[in-house]
Amino acid sequence: MTSGQLSVSPPPPPPIPSQRDPLVGVALLGIAAIYVRALAFTPIEARQGAAQKIMYIHATSAFIALYVAFVLMAIASALYLWLKDEKLDRVAESAAEVGLCFTTVVLVTGPIWGKTIWGAWWTWDARLTATLFLWFIILAYLLLRGAVEERGRRARYSAVLGILASFLVPFIHLSVYLFRTLHPMPILLKPSSPSLPNEMLVTFLLSFAAFTLLFIALLRLRYRIATLRDYVADREQERA
Amino acid sequence: MLAAAWLVARKDLAIEFRTRTAFLSALVFALLGVTIFYFAWDATAVAAADLAPGVLWVIFTFAGLLGLQRSFGSELADRAVDGLLGAPISREAIYLGKALANLVFVMGILVVTIPAVVLFYNLPLGAGIGALAGIAALAAVGLVAVGTLFSAMAVNTRMAELLLPMLSLPFFVPVVMAAAQSSARLMAGRPVAEAWPWLRILVAFDIVFVTACTLAFPFTLDE
Repeated sequence: MTSGQLSVSPPPPPPIPSQRDPLVGVALLGIAAIYVRALAFTPIEARQGAAQKIMYIHATSAFIALYVAFVLMAIASALYLWLKDEKLDRVAESAAEVGLCFTTVVLVTGPIWGKTIWGAWWTWDARLTATLFLWFIILAYLLLRGAVEERGRRARYSAVLGILASFLVPFIHLSVYLFRTLHPMPILLKPSSPSLPNEMLVTFLLSFAAFTLLFIALLRLRYRIATLRDYVADREQERA
Repeated sequence: MLAAAWLVARKDLAIEFRTRTAFLSALVFALLGVTIFYFAWDATAVAAADLAPGVLWVIFTFAGLLGLQRSFGSELADRAVDGLLGAPISREAIYLGKALANLVFVMGILVVTIPAVVLFYNLPLGAGIGALAGIAALAAVGLVAVGTLFSAMAVNTRMAELLLPMLSLPFFVPVVMAAAQSSARLMAGRPVAEAWPWLRILVAFDIVFVTACTLAFPFTLDE
């Protein structure tokens, strides 16, 4: 290389994650352990019987999907429009995709419980409808990402949608309480103290911790994929 | 800013007025929908008056989407949008102008569709007509606010025609729900006070989304 030539060396590749991420394993083991506890060492609910045990998956997933994944997506979206940092866009993207998985778990476990307790797989109860629409919104968000070629534009568009979606959720919730609802009312997140027996509460909270760990592990994995993908795209663009 | 917005709206309305294709097709679509819906139910089992509010708002939503598609789609040809962006007006004024034109479009559809529903479904509508017009106006503002923004985004994607409904419809849910619930009460001759909680949702939705979409719009433009 002559001295007059400017040499542009590509930026160092992002740290390649090891093939196995221990965090995912730990989280899955944790969930398995919680379920041993939930099935064998937590009392059976008097009126619902064994069906109630699905709550340890259903309600925790719902909490993580609605309050953690979704909020993270909205905050990362808002911060992206402000700071224009690609990392934030990747966080929003990862939170949306992992959040979609958790929402899907909610929508699958809910009807299993509903069939036993309500006698119907699905009712047009407002809370079910709201979750279904949230699922549609996240799906639309991911479809929008897939439909925009240019990376900067994709990030801006999806950030706008992410922020607007967070404004939409309170409105969907408002209509929840205007409709008469069949869904059990919150037993943990309400103004008065939780109305759950102690053993169930402990199982529930442990389960919540395990699912949160799983969420973090999956989010981290998904984020790494996004980083690698963008890195590869950059290199390809340089070569072209 | 409002004067500039009005200029943009007038431009869009002039285009629409001279061609009239989008408006007429959306209108015919809405009227066809109203008639087809009638046969989708067993008229002896469900009273027409019970169907009417749902029919009205579903049809209105889809007819509105046809108009919204056109809003930024018409700026694509010869990159007309560049002229708009080069004009010495703020981005927010462009959004408000576009939204204003869409509002006129959508209200025009409602002005024909509501009487058609009242007529075809034999609705006893006395004093409620004023309140129904108010609900229609509130719902139209909410739909247009969100739809105009998404129209600006959808035209620059690979599947514009499909993406706009997919993005917009979840946002239309609270609007359609509130409009259908409140107009159902009015069409059934119930007092206006019963529709009040739903009306509050509509008003709040309009305020929040007109503001949020106006502020978000500049981010959907390529500089």
